Amino acid sequence: MKWLNKNRVLKVIFFALVVKPLVFIILGLNVRGKNNLPTKGPAIIAANHNSHLDTLVLMSLYPLSLLYKIRPVAAADYFLSNKYRAWFALNIIGIIPIERQRRVRKTELFSGCHTALDNDEILIIFPEGSRGQPEQISRIKKGLYHIVHDRKKTAIIPVLMHGLGKALPKGEALLVPFNCDVVIAPEMAEFQTADDFVKQLESCYQELKTYCITTTEQHN
Amino acid sequence: MFDIPQHSFNFMLFVFGLLLIGSLSRIIISQKNPDKDYTELHQRIQSWWWMIAILFICLSLGTTYAILLFALISFLALKEFLSIVPGRQSDRRVIFWAYIAIPVQYYLVSIQWYGLFIIFIPIYIFLFLPMRMVLIGETKGFIKAAGVMHWAVMLTVFCLSHIAYLLVLPEKNAAAGNIGLVIFLLFMTQFNDVSQYVWGKALGKHPIIPRVSPNKTWEGFLGGMATITLTSAFIGPYLTPLSLELSLLAGLVINVFGFIGDVVISSVKRDLQIKDSGALIPGHGGILDRFDSLIFTSPLFFHYLYYVAY
Repeated sequence: MKWLNKNRVLKVIFFALVVKPLVFIILGLNVRGKNNLPTKGPAIIAANHNSHLDTLVLMSLYPLSLLYKIRPVAAADYFLSNKYRAWFALNIIGIIPIERQRRVRKTELFSGCHTALDNDEILIIFPEGSRGQPEQISRIKKGLYHIVHDRKKTAIIPVLMHGLGKALPKGEALLVPFNCDVVIAPEMAEFQTADDFVKQLESCYQELKTYCITTTEQHN
Repeated sequence: MFDIPQHSFNFMLFVFGLLLIGSLSRIIISQKNPDKDYTELHQRIQSWWWMIAILFICLSLGTTYAILLFALISFLALKEFLSIVPGRQSDRRVIFWAYIAIPVQYYLVSIQWYGLFIIFIPIYIFLFLPMRMVLIGETKGFIKAAGVMHWAVMLTVFCLSHIAYLLVLPEKNAAAGNIGLVIFLLFMTQFNDVSQYVWGKALGKHPIIPRVSPNKTWEGFLGGMATITLTSAFIGPYLTPLSLELSLLAGLVINVFGFIGDVVISSVKRDLQIKDSGALIPGHGGILDRFDSLIFTSPLFFHYLYYVAY
C-alpha cells in the first residue's frame, strides 16, 4: 500500500488544513484558464517566480488526490540547507532538488527531473531561477529548454502569477493578504533553439499579463 | 429551532421561493433554447443560492455569527480593493494595520459601543495610517497612497460594518427582530439592482451617466424608484420598526444611494480598466461587484433609521 504512507497523509493534511485555507481565504485567487492546467504527466508548469507562495498557490489549484503527482523543482542549496527544512521540502512539498552551485553535466543535473517525467509526473519549474524583484519578470534562463529539448510528448504550460510579490516578497516574513492573479496559458508550441524557446516564453508572459486585474506601482 | 422571529422567518421562506422560481425559469429557458449558452446565468443563480444560504444560516445562528460573517465580508472586500488599486510596495506594513481595523471595528459592534464604533475609523485609523507611513519614510507617492488606503478602509470596513450594527440596536419590532432590519436592507438593495436592470432592459433609452455606465438609463432608474419605494412601503412595516410612510422614504434612500454606490464602484473599475473586481463569486465577479450598492445604502439606511426610529 504505497499510497498510504505516512508522508503522503501528512501532505494531504497539510494542504487541506493549512495551504488551501491560506490560499483561498487569506490570499484569494483570480484564476484564468483553469482548463489549461495539466492533470496528466509528463508535463511542466513554467511559472514566473516572486514569492515562496508561488509553489503553494500552484499546488493548491490541484485536488488533494492529485497532489502527489506535482513536483516543484527547487534549489538544493537553499531548501536542503538544514535538516528540518530539507525534511519538509522533500517529504511534504515533494520537491526535486537541483544542485545549482556545483558545475556538473546537464544530464546529471536534471536526472531527478527526467525520472519524474518518465513517471508521468507534473513538474513545477520557475525558468527565471530566483524570485528576484517583486512583481517583475527577470531574464528567463535556459535550463528548462535543456530538460525538454530531447524529450517528446512533454507539454510545457506557461503560468503567470501576479500579486504574490506584494503578499510575501523575498526577504519579508510578514504575510499581508492580497488577491493574486493566476493566468494559465495553453500548451506551448514547438520551438527549435534555446533562444527561440526563451523568446516564445517571454512573449507568452507578456500576453498573460494583460489578463491580470491586480496591480502594483513600479516606481519605488 | 433557531429561534428566528416569525416575520423574518416568513420572509426568508419568501426569498427561497423567489430563488426557486429563478432556478426553475432558468431550467425552462435553457430547455427551450438548447443551443444557447446559459452558463453565466446558471452560475449567477447558483451563487445566489450559496450567498443567501450562508447569510441566512449565519443570521439564524445568532448575532455573534452574523457579526463574524460581516467582518469576513469586510476583509474580503478590503483585500480585493487594495489588490486592484495600485499601491506602493513599501506600504505593505501599513496595509497590515488597515486589516487590523476590521476585528476592532466589529468587536466594537459586538459590545455595542456606538460612540467608538462611529469614530474609530474616521478618526483613529484615519490618523494612525499616515503615522505608520511616516515611520517607513517613503515620501514618493505619499499623498495618493494615504488617500487610497483611507478610502479603502472607509468603504469596505466602516460603511459595511453598519449592516452588523443593525443587529445590536435595541429591538423595536419584536415580530421581526433585528435580523429583520438586515434582511430588509439587503433584500431592498439587491432588489433595487435587479429592478433598475429590468426596467432599463425593458424601456431604457436615455442614458443617465453615459461616461461611467452606458447601460444605465433614466427609465431604469425611475422604474426602479417606483418599484422600490412601493415595495418598501409594504415590506418595511413588516420587517422594521418604520411606519408605512417612513418605509416609503427608506425605499427612496436605498434606491437613490444603491444606484450611486453601483456607479461609484463602476468608476473605480473603469479607471483601472477592469471589468470585474475579482473572481470570488462565480457569475457575479468579485465581492465588490456584489457589495457596491450596499457600501452606500448600509450607512445611509442605518442613519436614517437611527434618526427617525431611535
